[in-house]
Amino acid sequence: MRTRLALVLGSVSAALIALTLASPRVIAADKVDPAADAKAFQNFFFQKFPDVKREDFVNGPYSMNADMKRQWQEKEEFPPYEFALDAGKEMFATPFKNGKSYADCFPNGGIGIRQNYPYFDEKEGKVVTLELALNRCREANGEAPYSYVKDEMASLTAYMAFTSRGKPMDIRIPDDPRALAAFENGKRYFYTRRGQMNFSCASCHVQSPGERIRAEILAPALGIVNAMPIYRSEWSGMGTTSRRFVTCNSQTRAVPLEPQADEYRDVEYFLSYVANGLPISGPGARP
Amino acid sequence: MASSIRVRATSNGDITEVQALIQHPMDTGFVKDAKGELIPAHFIQELKFECNGKDVFVADWGTAVSKDPYVKFSFRGARKGDDLKISWTDNKGGSDTITAKIA
Repeated sequence: MRTRLALVLGSVSAALIALTLASPRVIAADKVDPAADAKAFQNFFFQKFPDVKREDFVNGPYSMNADMKRQWQEKEEFPPYEFALDAGKEMFATPFKNGKSYADCFPNGGIGIRQNYPYFDEKEGKVVTLELALNRCREANGEAPYSYVKDEMASLTAYMAFTSRGKPMDIRIPDDPRALAAFENGKRYFYTRRGQMNFSCASCHVQSPGERIRAEILAPALGIVNAMPIYRSEWSGMGTTSRRFVTCNSQTRAVPLEPQADEYRDVEYFLSYVANGLPISGPGARP
Repeated sequence: MASSIRVRATSNGDITEVQALIQHPMDTGFVKDAKGELIPAHFIQELKFECNGKDVFVADWGTAVSKDPYVKFSFRGARKGDDLKISWTDNKGGSDTITAKIA
C-alpha cells in the first residue's frame, strides 16, 4: 500500500516536473499563425470524417447524415430560400433615391465576390463583414440601414452568395498585427465556454458534428459560414450570419452580443479564414 | 413584384406530378407581434389547380397550414404542353393566380 502511494506520488511529481519543463516551449509556440491554424482545423475534420467529401462540409448537417441529405436534395429542387433570392435580386438591381446602387459600392459590381468577405480593413483597423459593408453602402447613399438579422439583409446576402456559388472561400489576413489580433480574438471567442450551459461554439461544432442535439443534427464548424445566409425551417424564414451567432448564444443560454459586435466580426473572420478553399454554397437551407 | 406562386408540373406521359410553393404568412390570429399585439388571422382559404377547364385539386384551408405552404400531388389526364392554372384566395380577400405549362 505504502509503496503504491509512493509510486503514485512519484508519478504525480514527475508529471509536474514535466509540465514545468514543457511550459516555456508552449509559450514559444503561441505565436499567431493563421495558416497553420487553418490547416490543423481542416485536417481535424477531414480525419474525423474520412468519408465526407471535402467540398461537402459546406452543406452542414446534410454532409453528416445520409437520410437527411436525401430529403434535402429533394427539397433543393424547390428550395425554400427562393423567394428571398428573387427579392434580393430585385433589391440589388433597384437604384437608391440618389440614383446610385449597391453595385457602385462593391468591386466587380458586387457580383461573385461573396468569397472575399469578411475582409480586414487596414484604414479602420477592423474586420468588415458583407452585412456591414451593405449597410454602410446604404448609409453612404442616404438610405436607412437594414436589420442585420433577417428579411432584407438576408435577401441581399442570399443573392450575393448565389452569384458566388462554387467559388472557393478566399479570406486574406494582411501582414498587420491588428489583423492577426482580430483573427486570434475570433478564435478565442470560438473556443471560450460561456453561458449557463458552459458551452463554447466548439463544444457543438467541433466536438460533436453529426451528433444529435434533440432532433437536430449538429453541423461541422468547417464551412459553416459558406452556406450563409440560410433558410431555417426552425425560423420558418431566412437568417444571416449575425442571426446564427445570436441564436447560438441564446440557445446555450449565454448573453448574445449585438449583431456586428467586434467579437462577432472577429469570429466570422476566423471561421471564414479556416474554411478557405471550400466552396460558397449559400444561400442554404437548414432544418 | 414577382408572383407569390412557384410551380413545377412535369408529365411522364400518364401521370402529371405537380409541386407548388406559395408565399403567404398564414397567420393564425393567435400570435403576438413584438409590441404584444395580436397579429390578426390571415390565411389562404381556397387553393385551386385547374387543368383543361377541370378542377384537378381543390383545398379548403384554415389556420393549421404553415407559413409559405408547399403542396405536392399528381393527377392523370393531362399531357405535356397543357396549361395548369393555380389560384388562391385568402380570408382578407387577397388572391393570386398563375398559369404554368406542363413540362
